[in-house]
Amino acid sequence: MTDPTNKAEPLLSARGISKSFAGVEVLRDVDLDLMPGEIHALLGENGAGKSTFAKIVAGVHRPTRGTLRLNAETVDIPSPLAAQRLGITLIHQEPISFPDLSVAENLVLGRGSGSPLSRVPWAEIIGDARRLIDLLGVRIDVTRPMRGLSIADQQMVEIARALASDSRLIIMDEPTAPLTPKEVETLFGIARRLRDEGRTIIFISHRLEEVRALCDRVTIFRDGSKIATEDIGNLTDADIIRLMIGRPLKEYMHRGKSHIGEVALKVEALSLPGYFENISFEVRKGEIVGLGGLVGAGRTDVARALFGVAPAASGIVWVNGKVVHITDPSQAIREGLAFVPEDRAVAGIFRTLSVEQNITAAVPRQIAPSGIIRRTIEKAMAHDSVRRLRIRLASLRQPIGELSGGNQQKAILARWLLTDPSVLILDEPTRGIDIGVKAEFYDMIGELAAAGRAILLISSELPELLALCDRVLVMSEGHLTADIPRADATQERIMSAAVPQFREAAA
Amino acid sequence: MNFLRTLLVRREAGIAVMIVLFCLAVGAVKPQFLSLDQLRIILLLTPLIMIAAMGQMMVIVARHVDLSIGSTLGFSAMVSGMLYRFDVDWFGFDVPWWTGIPVSVVVGALLGFGNGVLIQLFRLPAIIVTLGTLSLYRGLTFIISNAKQIDRQWIPSEIKGLSQTSPFTFPEFLPIVGKFNIPWIVILAFGIAILAYLFLMHTRMGRQIYAIGSNPVAAPLRGINVTQVNLAVFTISGALAGLAGIMYASRWGFVNPSNTGNGFEFQVIAAVVIGGVSINGGVGTVLGTVLGVLLLGCVAAALPLLGIPGTSQAAIYGAVILLALLIDRTVRRQGIVSLKRVRP
Repeated sequence: MTDPTNKAEPLLSARGISKSFAGVEVLRDVDLDLMPGEIHALLGENGAGKSTFAKIVAGVHRPTRGTLRLNAETVDIPSPLAAQRLGITLIHQEPISFPDLSVAENLVLGRGSGSPLSRVPWAEIIGDARRLIDLLGVRIDVTRPMRGLSIADQQMVEIARALASDSRLIIMDEPTAPLTPKEVETLFGIARRLRDEGRTIIFISHRLEEVRALCDRVTIFRDGSKIATEDIGNLTDADIIRLMIGRPLKEYMHRGKSHIGEVALKVEALSLPGYFENISFEVRKGEIVGLGGLVGAGRTDVARALFGVAPAASGIVWVNGKVVHITDPSQAIREGLAFVPEDRAVAGIFRTLSVEQNITAAVPRQIAPSGIIRRTIEKAMAHDSVRRLRIRLASLRQPIGELSGGNQQKAILARWLLTDPSVLILDEPTRGIDIGVKAEFYDMIGELAAAGRAILLISSELPELLALCDRVLVMSEGHLTADIPRADATQERIMSAAVPQFREAAA
Repeated sequence: MNFLRTLLVRREAGIAVMIVLFCLAVGAVKPQFLSLDQLRIILLLTPLIMIAAMGQMMVIVARHVDLSIGSTLGFSAMVSGMLYRFDVDWFGFDVPWWTGIPVSVVVGALLGFGNGVLIQLFRLPAIIVTLGTLSLYRGLTFIISNAKQIDRQWIPSEIKGLSQTSPFTFPEFLPIVGKFNIPWIVILAFGIAILAYLFLMHTRMGRQIYAIGSNPVAAPLRGINVTQVNLAVFTISGALAGLAGIMYASRWGFVNPSNTGNGFEFQVIAAVVIGGVSINGGVGTVLGTVLGVLLLGCVAAALPLLGIPGTSQAAIYGAVILLALLIDRTVRRQGIVSLKRVRP
C-alpha cells in the first residue's frame, strides 16, 4: 500500500482540536489529516475521544479550540446541515430517519430550496432515489416507508443520501455492530467502491479484524488525545491494543483455580414449548459456566425463565439446595438470583434516570429501610460501586444514557452486585464494549467467581467462553447439546454442537 | 391478492367497512336510515367538523394538538355576527353579506397564529397552550359580546342560504335522486378537503409537516424550518376553525357566546383520530380523516332515529368512538400479523 500522505493535499486537516463538556476536557489538541481516497479508522476505548472527534467534523459538536481546514480552506461547521452542504455526512449506527416517510423522501428531504408551497416533484424524486439505490447495488423499494427497514438497509439509505449530496467525506460511526456478517460484507464492498471514487471514509469500529480488512490507515485515540496515525500494515494487533490501552494487554489468563463449592443452581428438565425443551444442568459456587450457541438457540429464553421474566412451563429449579418456583423477577432477586440482560438499552437501563438511581434500582429495601429513600445511603452505595467497578462518569447524578456503553454495562453489573446474588446470570455482557473495558470485565467476572458466586455466562464469542469458563454448555434449537469441561473445550467442539446440521450429521 | 393485502392494512379501508356495517345495522332496525333524505341529514351534520378536522389533522400530524378550535370557532363567529348586527352603528352602512367569511377566517387565523407563537417561540407544549387559549378565547367571546347572542334576524339570508341552497340540483324527473341536492356548505367542506390533500401530499411544506411529526429532533438537522412550519400549521388550523365559525352561523342562524363551538374540539379530534391520524405524529391521510368525519356523522344521525333519548346521546356517542378505535386497532393488528406470516 502506498502512503497517501505523499501524493496529495489532505481533504480535511484538523489542527489543535480540543473539546470540553462542562469543564471536562474530552478531546485534547488533536491534529489529523484525512486524505482523499482513503478509509481511515479511528480506534480507541470508549470515551477515548474518537466519536467526539467525528462529531466535531460532522457539525454535531463545535470544538472548544482548534481549526478545521477543508480543501485547504478554514471552515466553520456549526451544524450537521452545514456539514452536509460542505460534503460531510455522518452515518449513525442506527440511522436517524423519518420512519413514516418513504425511502425516497428520506433521501431528498431538506435538499434544494423553493417556496413552501412549491410543488413536490414526486416522479423525479422517486427516479433519483431508484438511481441512487441501484448505484449501491442493493435492493430496496424506494416507495416503502422507512419504518420496518432493516438497520443494514437504513444505513444504505443514509449512504445513498451522502451520495445524493455528493459527500466527499463519509463518517461511519460503528456501522457494523448491528449488522450480520453478510451485511457487513456488502457495506465493505460499497465503502471500498466509494474510496476508489476518491471519497474519504472515516470508519469507527471496535472490531480489529474489520479495521484490518477495510481500512488503509488508522488513528488511535486514548484519553482524549491522538496517540498515533499509521498505515494499518505497519501495526500488529498487539501494537494496536497496546496503543489503545496504554499498557500491554496480558493474554487473558484464566484465574487460578477458584474453589469450586457445592451446587448453587440446579435445573432439571426445564421446558417452555416453542423456546426450549428438557434443559438440565447445574452451576456450583465459584464456578463459571458458559452457555454457548447460535443466536436464537434459546439461551436467553432459559435465562429469562430462570429469572421469572417468562417462566418455564415445566421443570424443577433448585437454588442453594432449595426447590424454587420463580414466576416473577422480584421473587428471583429474593432467592439470590441476578440477571444482566443482553440488550441493555431495552431491558437494562433507565436511560433518563441518574447513574445513582440506576445502580440502586434493585435494592429498594436497602436504600429506603422505612419506605422513604434515604439519600445518604443511596449516595454511599452508588459511590462505592462506582469506585469498585471503575465506572467512568462526570457525576453520580448524570443520566445514565450519557455514559459510554461499557460504563453503562458496568453500572448494571453494579446494580446486581448490590443484591449480593449467589447466582449471577450474564447475557452477552461484553457485546458492544471495547477491548480495554472487556479485559476489566473479564477480571471482574473472575473475581466474582473467586468470591464464591455461581456464574452462568451466555456468550456468542467463543474466545470469551474458552478463556473464562470452567465448563461450556451448548444449546442448539432449544436443546442442550453439549456439556464440555474446560480441558476439552475447543472452538470446533462448541461450534459443532451449536450448528444444527453438524449435529444431525454427527448423529 | 397483493392489492387485497394492501387494502386490508390500509386504515381507510377499515373505516369504510365500519361505516357500511354501521349503516346496514341501523338500516336493519330502521329502514328509513338508508334513504337519500337521511344522507342529506348526515351530510349536513358533517361540514363544520370536516372543515376544522382538516386543520386539526395537520396539527396532529406535526405531533401537536389544538384544543382551542371550539373557542376559536365561537370567537370568529361572534366577530362576524357582531359585524352584521352593529355594522350600521359602527360604520354607518350595511356590510355586504359575504364580509363575515373573510373576517372569520382572518380572525381565526390570528388566534391560531397566537397559539403557534406561544408554542414555538416559548417552547411550551401545545396541549397546555391550547388548553389555556380554549378558555381564553371563550372568555374573550363573552367579553366582546357582552354575553349576548346574535339572533337570527341579523345573520344575512345569503349566509344562511349556504346551508340550504345548492349550486346544482338534480332534475326533478330523475328517479330516486330527483329531489336531492347538495348544499353549498357540503361542497365547500369537500373543497377544503381536496385543498388539504394537495397541500399535504404535493407541496414542500406539506411533506415537511409529516417529517416534523415523524421525527421532530431530526427535522431541523435536515434544514427544515420547524418554526415556520409549526406557525403555519396552527395558523391554518385557526383559519379553518374560523371558516367553520361563519358556517356555524350559516347552519344554525345564530351565534351564541357560550354554545357556539362548545365541545367542538372533542368531535373534531375524535373524527381525526378515528380517521387513522396517529396522535404520535407523522401518520395520517386526508381520505382517512374524511371517512372519520362521515362515520361520526352517521352515528350522530342514527342516534335520534333509534329513539335514544337526548340525555344518553353523549354517552353513547363517546362509547361508539371508543368502540370504533378498538375495532380499528384490532383489525389492523391482525392484518399486519397475517402479512408477516405470508412473507417468506
